[in-house]
Amino acid sequence: MQCEQWRDQLDRYADGELDPAQANALSAHLRGCAACAADALERVQLKRSVQMAGKRYTASAELRKRITNTVAAKPRRGAGWYWKILAVPALAVLVLSVAVNLYVGHEDARRQRVYSELADLHVAALAGSTPVDVVSTDRHTVKPWFQGKIPFTFNLPELQGSEFTLLGGRVTYLAQTPGAQLIYQVRKHEISVFIFQDRGEGAGLPEGFGHPQSFNVQTWTQNGLRYFVVGDVGAEDIRALSKLLRDAG
Amino acid sequence: MKVPEKSVRDATFEDLAMPLFDQLYNFARWLTQDTAEAEDLTQETYAKALRGFSSFQMGTNFRAWMYRILRNTFLTSRTGLRATVAIDEETDQALLPVESTTPESSLIEQASREMVQQALTDLPVPFREILLLCEVEEMSYQEIAETLGIPIGTVMSRLYRARKALRDLLRKKNDGVRHAV
Repeated sequence: MQCEQWRDQLDRYADGELDPAQANALSAHLRGCAACAADALERVQLKRSVQMAGKRYTASAELRKRITNTVAAKPRRGAGWYWKILAVPALAVLVLSVAVNLYVGHEDARRQRVYSELADLHVAALAGSTPVDVVSTDRHTVKPWFQGKIPFTFNLPELQGSEFTLLGGRVTYLAQTPGAQLIYQVRKHEISVFIFQDRGEGAGLPEGFGHPQSFNVQTWTQNGLRYFVVGDVGAEDIRALSKLLRDAG
Repeated sequence: MKVPEKSVRDATFEDLAMPLFDQLYNFARWLTQDTAEAEDLTQETYAKALRGFSSFQMGTNFRAWMYRILRNTFLTSRTGLRATVAIDEETDQALLPVESTTPESSLIEQASREMVQQALTDLPVPFREILLLCEVEEMSYQEIAETLGIPIGTVMSRLYRARKALRDLLRKKNDGVRHAV
């Protein structure tokens, strides 16, 4: 009967929550009472097995690094006012930079998509049995052929004195928008020149150079038309052909 | 882990919070039962704590504060809302009548680490978390009370119930093993 009173304290004893006087008194009782001692032992064993079982999961080094980067070099505790003053502009900058990143990421994805699609069109045209629908080296034949087939006209450069040869042209589509695809040759390599109205999928892309799928691409806008020059030749040839087209446009 | 005022004032958030990283993640993983959710929960805890650091009361328990943020974040998450079935107690019976217990050290001895882990997983969240805080984090009743926002008497009665539920589960598993053999 006396043991009941002790047993009520066994959990707190095992948890180290008894004050020293109580703990000593209970220890003394345990030395003389086998039943209570066994009970106490079981509680300690249960605690220990939960402790061992509970230490189970290890975080990835990547998570630790990410969190360390977030919290690193933040102001000290005493400097609370300091970061409150900075917080609002900092937050604005953060929101802005996130927005810019999203936009840039989005634009970048769009450019990659357009470039890949043009590279595919280029490869598909060359792989087909009829790479061009109008076979002519004469720009004065090729240009009129497109009349009525696409909703715009364009000028083609005089190639005399250059290494480039016009092989012909075909109507093509980029995201349901019709356009002209002209195929040029330079030293046994084919280059596609795509011309679309500057709206739809290809519109507004930054002008410049890209390397989708190991092709070189140059793009620019001129007189409301968007040009893409795509080929597996070196950047110099792409630039040279682009310049001829620009000068003619 | 009481942080003296002076050292808190001099310490950066990083100094105080990063040593708790492994434990907090382990606790988060136990609560969520999912790696991706545990990572999100840990990260959100650090983000919230960092934002709230200026309002952290100097001289109070930093560890309990961090665990409280983690737990509150978990409880308001979708998994947390689903996991916390209200337990019917919270009557402050600090000292419940002890049932006629025969010592069961053989039961605990036979329980493998995996069995205990499975039993902990099967426990309802309020029992699981209080056992982890007490045994794994080795928090005092006072710290547990601060972390969970409950009185010390409730800490004791809930611990008692949690341990009883754990023993019951282990006994069931043990019987199952014996029958299977």
